[in-house]
Amino acid sequence: MQFIFNNKIKAVLAVLMLLGVVSSVFAFLDHASHGQRFWSNFLIDGFFVFSLGLGALFFLALQYATEAAWSVLLKRVFEATALFIPVGAVLIIIALLSGTLHLSHTYHWMLEGIMQKGHENYDAIIAGKAGYLNQPFFWLRTLVYLGTFIAFVYIFRKRSLLEEVASYKGSVKLSAIFLVLFGVFSSTLSWDWIMSIDTHWFSTLFGWYVFAGFWCSALIFMLVLTVALKMQGLLPNVNDSHIHDLSKWVFALSFLWSYVWFAQFMLIWYSDIPEEVTYYQERFGHYKVLMLGVFAVNFILPMILLMSRDAKRNYTRIIWVSSIIFVGHWLDVFLMITPGTLHEKGQVSFVEIGMFLGFVALFVWVVLQNLSKAPLEIQNHPFKEESEHHHF
Amino acid sequence: MKKETIIYAFYNDDDVLLKDAQAFVSQGLWVSDVFSPFPIHGLDPIIGVKESKLGYAAFAYGLIGLTLALLGMWYFMIHDWPMNIGGKPNFEFVYNLPAFVPVAFEFTVLCTAHGLAFTYFCANGTFPGVKADNPDPRTTDDLFAMEIKLEDNPNFSLDQIKSMLSKSNASEIREKQNCETDTCCNK
Repeated sequence: MQFIFNNKIKAVLAVLMLLGVVSSVFAFLDHASHGQRFWSNFLIDGFFVFSLGLGALFFLALQYATEAAWSVLLKRVFEATALFIPVGAVLIIIALLSGTLHLSHTYHWMLEGIMQKGHENYDAIIAGKAGYLNQPFFWLRTLVYLGTFIAFVYIFRKRSLLEEVASYKGSVKLSAIFLVLFGVFSSTLSWDWIMSIDTHWFSTLFGWYVFAGFWCSALIFMLVLTVALKMQGLLPNVNDSHIHDLSKWVFALSFLWSYVWFAQFMLIWYSDIPEEVTYYQERFGHYKVLMLGVFAVNFILPMILLMSRDAKRNYTRIIWVSSIIFVGHWLDVFLMITPGTLHEKGQVSFVEIGMFLGFVALFVWVVLQNLSKAPLEIQNHPFKEESEHHHF
Repeated sequence: MKKETIIYAFYNDDDVLLKDAQAFVSQGLWVSDVFSPFPIHGLDPIIGVKESKLGYAAFAYGLIGLTLALLGMWYFMIHDWPMNIGGKPNFEFVYNLPAFVPVAFEFTVLCTAHGLAFTYFCANGTFPGVKADNPDPRTTDDLFAMEIKLEDNPNFSLDQIKSMLSKSNASEIREKQNCETDTCCNK
């Protein structure tokens, strides 16, 4: 079976991307924020779609490392999603360059003279972080992360297309190396790209919080994509047990995210130390409804609506519940970034929604393009037969 | 115990048992139960086991646990002896709620787990001192047993059932009489 990326889908995605471009122009022309609204949303959406690819790459590596059999038939879906990483990396680099080139004020610590004693912008606390938070080291880290992810996604894809048992065994070993690197990088990249926006603030749990969020969003996307392909009859051997397992992942990861969200919040709320509470003061001060609403929706909706066995196999319900919590997790990224960049001026209006749709359309375009490049069915894999008989 | 005749068919393989159960049911034979060391996937709809209601019981126990925990926390920490939790406004339950969440969570899990374990024992009639009702101790190890009751199958005679079973892939067939008094039993 081959997925054909037809003109009808392309037209819809092109319209959404155009909407994204128009919204970007509007965001850029927003005089009150001097272009900051555009750059803030660029980072939110750029990071969000990049992290979907990254979550897929992590999940793919996890399947290799655990030598999982059930997911073999879905491998092309995981790979196509992960192959967005090179494009996502460009978006991340553009977003970060805007800070370095002083086009935006997303990263306060990049301000001129902020670590220079005697300078009018001098900030003693930020200067104390200079050992880690300086531009050369920051860019070195960024390029190492992106380079590693791009290298691994291409290596996994290349070896997978060989359809050989030997190349599979090699991928199992490679995935172990990747997971170790990912374990470190997933934490540090969230410190670098997101936590450093609120430069004074720090949280040791932040990396896992970000990771739990994008792991969940990536699974939501891959679940919906699988269900859509299945409904088109393009994955004939994928049965309800595969769909059930993916739904289970979404269900479980929603709890992981809620758990980490609450763990981070409760410890900071309980200890009430001034340097830690700033993060939540900003968010509960201006974004209280959104903050609590996102937590409630992303936690309670999957808990109630995806709990039962039948619900996890009900395609219609999977699609609409997933769509809601997908937007919920985007709003979660919005709340990580906006209060630090736009402070009380942040809002979710047409511009934000338009840019979100535009970036997601770009993401879907690239994923579908990659999906159409290889047959959906794995030809030769040691666990192919086992995956076809997956049943519970 | 009312008088009944039970026929057990023993199997060494759960897949073989599954296929035979399917064949018996399609011929109109009612299989009352299967004894197995582990759950056999796909067996329930074949032999007509109804969907378990334990999930609803779990939800109810969880809700009871959650309510009790929050009620307790409110009484201990807010109402009876207001506690100063990290300088948070006391006398206000909702402003101290995050601190109560871990306790409420743990107590919910505790009530659910214990309530469910006891419900499961009661539903199965597993009480202290009760004799095991599986036909052979090996069904807890590597043997699978299908239980067919003569009284459940008025359209079949004992010999008919036995001949059906002997033609099947069952490795061993055993018959057992249950009755009101010990005297009428064969054993």
